[in-house]
Amino acid sequence: MTQVASESGLHTVEVTVNGTPRAAAVEARVLLVHFLRQSLGLTGTHIGCDTSSCGACTVLVEGVPVKSCTMFAVQAHGASITTVEGLAAGGQLHPIQQAFHEQHGLQCGFCTPGMMLTSVALLAENPSPTDEEIRWALSGQICRCTGYQNIVKAVQQAAAELRGES
Amino acid sequence: MTTKEIGGLGHSVKRKEDARFIRGKGQYFDDIVLPGMLHMEILRSPFAHARIRSIDTSAAAALPGVVAVVTGELMAQHNLAWMPTLSGDTQAVLATDKVRYQGQEVACVVAESPYVAKDALELIEVDYEPLAAVTSPQQAMAPGAPLIRDEKENQEDNHVYHWEAGDKETTDRAFAEADRVISLETFYPRCHPAPLECCGCIADVNPATGKATIYLTSQAPHAHRTLFAIVAGLPEQQIRIISPDIGGGFGNKVPIYPGYVVATAASLLLGRPVKWVEDRTGNLISTGFARDYHMRGELAVKDGKMTGLRATLLSDQGAFYADAQPTKFRAGLFHIVTGSYDIPAAHVVADGYYTNKAPGGVAYRCSFRVTEASYLIERLVDNAAHELGVDPAKFRLDNFVRPEQFPYRSATGFLYDSGNYPEAMRIALEKLGYEELRREQAEARAQGRLLGIGLASFTEVVGAGHGKEYDIAGLRMFDSAELRVHPTGKAILKLGVKSQGQGHETTFAQIVAEELGIPYDDIEVQEGDTDNTPYGLGTYASRSTPVAGAATAVIARKLREKAKAIAAHLLEVSPEDVEFEAGRFFVRGAPERAKTIQDVAFASYTNLPEGMEAGLEGVHYYDPPNMTFPFGTYAVVVEIDRGTGQWKVRKVVAVDDCGTRINPTIVEGQITGGLTEGYAIAAMELITFDEEGNCIGSNFMDYLIPTAWETPEFELGEVVTPSPHHPLGAKGVGESATVGSPAAYVNAVIDALWHAGVTNIDMPLTPDKVWAALNEVGLAE
Repeated sequence: MTQVASESGLHTVEVTVNGTPRAAAVEARVLLVHFLRQSLGLTGTHIGCDTSSCGACTVLVEGVPVKSCTMFAVQAHGASITTVEGLAAGGQLHPIQQAFHEQHGLQCGFCTPGMMLTSVALLAENPSPTDEEIRWALSGQICRCTGYQNIVKAVQQAAAELRGES
Repeated sequence: MTTKEIGGLGHSVKRKEDARFIRGKGQYFDDIVLPGMLHMEILRSPFAHARIRSIDTSAAAALPGVVAVVTGELMAQHNLAWMPTLSGDTQAVLATDKVRYQGQEVACVVAESPYVAKDALELIEVDYEPLAAVTSPQQAMAPGAPLIRDEKENQEDNHVYHWEAGDKETTDRAFAEADRVISLETFYPRCHPAPLECCGCIADVNPATGKATIYLTSQAPHAHRTLFAIVAGLPEQQIRIISPDIGGGFGNKVPIYPGYVVATAASLLLGRPVKWVEDRTGNLISTGFARDYHMRGELAVKDGKMTGLRATLLSDQGAFYADAQPTKFRAGLFHIVTGSYDIPAAHVVADGYYTNKAPGGVAYRCSFRVTEASYLIERLVDNAAHELGVDPAKFRLDNFVRPEQFPYRSATGFLYDSGNYPEAMRIALEKLGYEELRREQAEARAQGRLLGIGLASFTEVVGAGHGKEYDIAGLRMFDSAELRVHPTGKAILKLGVKSQGQGHETTFAQIVAEELGIPYDDIEVQEGDTDNTPYGLGTYASRSTPVAGAATAVIARKLREKAKAIAAHLLEVSPEDVEFEAGRFFVRGAPERAKTIQDVAFASYTNLPEGMEAGLEGVHYYDPPNMTFPFGTYAVVVEIDRGTGQWKVRKVVAVDDCGTRINPTIVEGQITGGLTEGYAIAAMELITFDEEGNCIGSNFMDYLIPTAWETPEFELGEVVTPSPHHPLGAKGVGESATVGSPAAYVNAVIDALWHAGVTNIDMPLTPDKVWAALNEVGLAE
């Protein structure tokens, strides 16, 4: 739980984002996605709808894909969050980023952060998914540009790379 | 031809723009924060049709953190309550007398934070007097129908326009002499481009300088700048539109929306930047929808040949006529409706009507109503083949425009540039294993299984367009490319078009790479900032490659001529003796005596022939001589579940011809994206209205978009017939699959059911509708 609200009605939310401790004071009703984008200035997480349907806002909370528009920032207090900005390490792209690039898995780029994060979570749990399993794992996310075919190929490429096969 | 490292035409080089997107470092407008920025939210009408008796904003204005509440009355004081549309009508910016569709903008709150702005919306009290709503053209034209545009002078009914193409007399004669006439009534339902990023802007009118910088989700920034100048009365040299990274457009980001105008007015009045971020409900309920087109098609056939085509259209225009299309064409380019067939006589009659719905109609990768036309002809042709007892592939092959007929003048006046329709069909049938599939279909039918094969052989028309015929709000539809080569041999290319995911930063660099031999990675492409790019009409209707791509090739070739002269000077020969290949200028007959384009670039600033102007740069505004005509054959195989009405797509084969392919992988990406939209439209996308005008389909719970789970896999093939009039032979491809594929999906389902007497089901073919059709003919389980 967050600190008891001060007179201002704000709660100090402390999280670890991409390995770095961050904190900001927000109203209880502030959504996690707004906390990330506005309070923490991490604009790689996007907003595409208002009914929890599109998944553009997907981040990993304790490694689990979560639609950050459907979670309050205060609910994330104390949690470890991964956003797209945390995928590359030490200037090196994560295999999923490299794969999306090499397989033409993105066009406008708006759904891409969410797609990559969910894929990373999938591969952590299932290092050798079938195409069907990939499609099922990504079925909470909408892309309007690609038709998904190259996204599936990208995830397969990243999977092979992570298995040490390429 | 160039090496892969240079990356000219035909190379599937990796995209340059990916670098920021995969890192989450894209700059979409909502990512931008300006000092002192305020936030705007829009209050929308809950009623489809109602008089506004009063609006009380006092409680909202008093909420701490609220800076201003704007109503139509306030906008009217600045002559901004109404604005012109792209179709010559007027549209309310904020409602004054009436609201005319559910979701219409009624008031705006500007506040220190978006949460406070949203809070304030709930405190605005509007006293509405509901009126009867009109929700279809049929209702709109009925005697005694409510008059929607009662504020408009000389508007006595709900009729918007009447438009015709082709020739009535020759068509009537063809029908009189036909031995068979096949007809089809079909409705292309209202759907929506729904790009993943909604619309919005940051309007920043600097109070000290008067300069207006507007970050805008705009597919056409220059046109928007000019329209802003005219509508808002701001001096055009003081307006800078910056269209940053856009998360999908699909035509949704072509119109000027009330939110942009109010945000700009608010910034002007308040002296601070104002950001407006649309939410998904606002996007679906109020921005440029697509289609909503009632169509009747009739095909005259004599001795197995198509001899005449009639199309009668009723267009639902919503409350304001705001189609984003070339002004001389009230029904867009619908008259491409003879499609891939050699039909000597055709007549199109179109009427548009106002209804109590959001304005729009021309959007969603439609190539200006070509989606509607292509759907009609491909459904009609399939039905005709079934009625005549002819195989649908054969019926098409027998009636295709033949390769030797190009350039082909259609019955409605288009001059098709190039094509090889039989080849696209041949490849599609081969990939399908068509003969075997028809056998399998017959066997399955005997076992009580419903397999269907749907074909669609579309020809579409893009690349608007030649200035005399094509203009948007009077602005001729040329486009532009400004190319500058730097001393160190790198280059910058600035364009009048604006990518929303199509990969221009890569593909347009590839054009320059082809023409000048500068590696594509050394070429920076800029779009979207009107202060820093040449004037263009923007990206929609698949026009970027045909028009701006041509401009790029032309200017690159002009620079190459100058480069040749500089190379000759460096090589101490005359320019006639210099040849060029892939970035090298060499002496004819002595190829080892050469200078690279990089050498020439440096020399253009340091060592010029006497009297020659320094630099290596230029700009070209290209006026296309004709449109281009991409085409293809798509084939879909489905199996229908008799118990649920669900249809599963077993196979999709798509053979496309878009002329020369600059980057084959990017072309294929455009096609798979379009095939997915086509599937979505055929299967599930729908915006509809109840009798009170309540919009059903104004959020993603109701407006269904397929995810990776629902979306089929696609097998692609290609034909290449270069466009003879385009400098690169390229035609454009962005919309081909959205245009051509819906009919293929629907034809597949109807093909599975024709034998039982089902001749049509209107889109979307949801399971309940398919099951109802099955049930009616005794096929339901």
